[in-house]
Amino acid sequence: MEWDWEFSIQILPQLWEGVKVTIQATILGTMIAMTLGLLLAIARRSANEWISRPVGVFAELIRGTPLLVQLYFLFYVLPDLGLLLSPLTAGVLGLGLHYSTYTAEVYRTGIDAIPKGQWEASKATNLSANQTWTHIIIPQAIPPMIPALANYFVAMFKETPLLAAITVLELMNQARSVANYHYKYVEPMTMVGLFFLAVSVPSVILLRKLEARFAPSNS
Amino acid sequence: MEQWQGYIGLILQGAVVTIEITIMGCIVALIAAFIAGLGRLSRFWLVRWMATAYIEFFRGTSIFVQLFWAYFVLPLLGVPLSPLQAGVIALGLNIGAYGAEVVRGAIKSIPREQYEACTALNLTRFQEMRHVILPQAVVRMLPTFGNNSIELLKGTAVVSLISLSDMTFQAQVVRAQTGSTAVPFLTILLLYFLFSSTISTVIKRLERHLSRGLDGTGT
Repeated sequence: MEWDWEFSIQILPQLWEGVKVTIQATILGTMIAMTLGLLLAIARRSANEWISRPVGVFAELIRGTPLLVQLYFLFYVLPDLGLLLSPLTAGVLGLGLHYSTYTAEVYRTGIDAIPKGQWEASKATNLSANQTWTHIIIPQAIPPMIPALANYFVAMFKETPLLAAITVLELMNQARSVANYHYKYVEPMTMVGLFFLAVSVPSVILLRKLEARFAPSNS
Repeated sequence: MEQWQGYIGLILQGAVVTIEITIMGCIVALIAAFIAGLGRLSRFWLVRWMATAYIEFFRGTSIFVQLFWAYFVLPLLGVPLSPLQAGVIALGLNIGAYGAEVVRGAIKSIPREQYEACTALNLTRFQEMRHVILPQAVVRMLPTFGNNSIELLKGTAVVSLISLSDMTFQAQVVRAQTGSTAVPFLTILLLYFLFSSTISTVIKRLERHLSRGLDGTGT
């Protein structure tokens, strides 16, 4: 099997179109995962059992089932309920929702790590629940969480090829259509793999640096 | 109603395939994790280097990309794989790479005195691992191994895309034949959740069982 350089260069522009969608999906998905995760974490800590219990079960359910099936669910079931989503919207929502249950755990451990005295001091100075969260707890809890959150950012980036299953034209899908069209699989598929490696291997190194910087007390 | 029974039967057939792939994948993953995890702790730089390359390679891309590569590219390179083989190997090696880090971390977390005691007792390196280090380390690996096998279970959904008739694949068949979307997808979401809950229960039991008689694991 010969590697066809000319063919690989020829398909680059089309793959690049896919890369753009991949990056777009990763960034949008991350934004959803980060915000929704925080809301989930706070809701799970709620004193009201009618809020914390269902949210906990919901998170467990999402975490215990495959992202692919969730994507299918959003893509096929929601239109029947009258909510028509574009493939990319459904994909980004699915990605964000799935990973929000993971980021919620990161937030939860981060929030749990805040000493009790901080809560008591907030109460003593008569801060409202809202003020306690936004001015006391969250600003202290976020920095130690950064490495773990960054880790999920990279994980989401790697998982974006799944969106190909619901017809989003991201990198994997572009590669597949090129491959099917020319009936040449080696070059496009390998290039997709190399692209993901080229991004995630350096990001692993970057992540280790982040860990060293933000979590020195942990080792 | 009778018609639905047939469709439920179809999904249950898929469930059997999903369970089979999960079990076979877990076996491959376990073997790969121990080989690579111990390899990373080897005295020989070449072994360490190879283990690291394997781990970073498989963690750098997603199961989806690896599966497609194994299924479409390997046959062209002279390694023909059936969908089942491609699925089990890709899933096993992927999760095995994550497991390898768990193995390494657990072994490294065993306190130094244990190694010193082994030296003092004149145990060979093999005896040291087999009788002293691993029995303690395995208990520490279990919780994360549980999470890893749930990730593997979730990963199996992807094999439906290379035409293996697992649960997700059968749900798609049911959707195509009935036009009903909510029923098949909700059914398999619940089944996946049931499976992943079963895995975490089994792991918790195993943990309790294995930590019996060990020091400082608090049972």
